[in-house]
Amino acid sequence: MITVEHLTKRYGEVTAVDNLSFQIDEGHVYGFLGPNGAGKSTTMNIMTGCLSATSGHVRIDGHDIFEEPNEAKRLIGYLPEQPPLYMNETPEEYLRFVGEAKGLKGAELAAQIAEVMEQTKITDVRRRCISALSKGYRQRVGIAQALLGNPKVVILDEPTVGLDPIQIIEIRDLIRQLGQSHTVILSSHILSEVQTMCEKILIIARGKLIAFDTPENLERELLSPSEITLTADAGAEEVRAILSSVPHITELSVTQEAGAYPVAKIKTDLGDIYQLSRSLFFAFAHADKALLEMTLKKANLEDIFLELTEEKAVEDSTAESEVTGA
Amino acid sequence: MSAVFKHELRSYFHSLTTYVFGAFLLAFVGLGAMLYNIQAAVSNFEYVLSFGSLIFVVIVPILTMRVIAEEKKQKTDQLLYSLPISTWQVILGKYCALLIVYLIPMAIISIYPLIFAQFGDVYLLTAYGSILAFFIMGAALLAIGMFISSLTDNQGLAAGIGIAVVLFNYYSISLSEYVSTTAAGTVIALLVLILALYAIIRYLTKNENLAYGVSLVLLAGIMVLYFVDSSALEGLLPQIMTTLSLFERFNAFVNGVFDMTAIVYYLTVIAFFLFLSVQSLEKRRYN
Repeated sequence: MITVEHLTKRYGEVTAVDNLSFQIDEGHVYGFLGPNGAGKSTTMNIMTGCLSATSGHVRIDGHDIFEEPNEAKRLIGYLPEQPPLYMNETPEEYLRFVGEAKGLKGAELAAQIAEVMEQTKITDVRRRCISALSKGYRQRVGIAQALLGNPKVVILDEPTVGLDPIQIIEIRDLIRQLGQSHTVILSSHILSEVQTMCEKILIIARGKLIAFDTPENLERELLSPSEITLTADAGAEEVRAILSSVPHITELSVTQEAGAYPVAKIKTDLGDIYQLSRSLFFAFAHADKALLEMTLKKANLEDIFLELTEEKAVEDSTAESEVTGA
Repeated sequence: MSAVFKHELRSYFHSLTTYVFGAFLLAFVGLGAMLYNIQAAVSNFEYVLSFGSLIFVVIVPILTMRVIAEEKKQKTDQLLYSLPISTWQVILGKYCALLIVYLIPMAIISIYPLIFAQFGDVYLLTAYGSILAFFIMGAALLAIGMFISSLTDNQGLAAGIGIAVVLFNYYSISLSEYVSTTAAGTVIALLVLILALYAIIRYLTKNENLAYGVSLVLLAGIMVLYFVDSSALEGLLPQIMTTLSLFERFNAFVNGVFDMTAIVYYLTVIAFFLFLSVQSLEKRRYN
């Protein structure tokens, strides 16, 4: 559906997007994830023809966005970070303009406007001035605009930013619905959001693609060594002795603050964390010591995200120092 | 193009500036008609237009200041970029809407000579020739105003620069009498112009080499001319100012000459500034 090849965008000395390549297939919800300033918006702007690239190609269903912009743009609906709305118009007038610009006419135009207004639930406010609408409604008008012309791909740049929790839930539901009939690409710097909505995640940091997989795979592949924290009714030395008999512990630290029970932090290389917790339970039971608390630290995307972006930063800085060293 | 055109036109009739534009134009031309045709009892309507052309200094910037600056301010230019329409279609759609807004008061004004003809001898041919030229001159000023609006996202700034540019153009004939006519004076003035051209090219293309290249070629040309035949440069500056003045060319029509070169000049100015507006919008894509 969308092929991005060796995309690079430089602003003077700054490289916003650095040799980015990926492919997006039809009919899924994709999430662009990355810290602020990672190059998500720049990439989306280039994919939608709003910005030129320094080098590289973007093809939408075989149409190059730079060489056949009109054919390519017809396949895309785009909601930029700040919804591009004419404040002194009503949603109906605004959608009529966008629909006409997308080449819709007459009865088809009216039918599509009615349909997207229904889909985004803005029919009730269609005759109110956009400047009088709340941020959530404005966002919906922006999404409605992107849906006109029935594009195959809908690209939404940070669609939930600045909304209140109820509006966020509503917009997320709407995006999930859209995912059933369109290919949806959205960007966010909030992990949980991407995790709940997207089938595939692209993590971008410093203009580079550093991971592209399903949320489940990302968790499984990248966070196998997991952690258990436990507290026991015993002395620190006793805890250490008991734990020394348990296999598959790769890292261990026992700390005890004055007047408190000792706390042990354990890392393992076991794929199945419950296997470790089972042997820990029995080890303490055999030693006749009470296990007061045991917390399994399960991997989440937040960790992957931090790990990946940090790793990348470290790599970059070492690469740089090597260059300067040489 | 028709989508942008209809959209612009609709927004014009929703906003007050359109009516202010029309009202000012009608009021000023009406005032002129009262002073010349009624009180002074002159039967030439073209004098009224010559008098009325001063109002362009105010109304052109009022009408054009928001055309593109407002899109940038509201970030709706991003919508225009992402829609399947070309930048030329956007600019032409906007420009045609401006022309329609301008055409409406002009249609009313073109009834005046007919009314006066009921009460005396009006030479209708020069009157309507001048009205046509007045319209095309205004259209050229609108194209310039639109380009100025495309340079900034601040409407006030666009209006300010617009007023300065039209005012300078209006008075450049009178000013040309005071500027230096010596060859050295011309060279200095041209250097300043080249510097301005350099800044504009650099701003629009972000291509330093191109800006340097064009400026250096022009500079070399002037230097060669200065050392080879400096007498050619004498009096060139006032001549350039008069030649470039849109208002000066209009005087030919007022004097009863339908000057085709002036019409071609106006059309060239329109095409040139529409082209620059397109480049200015495209530039944001290539920054």
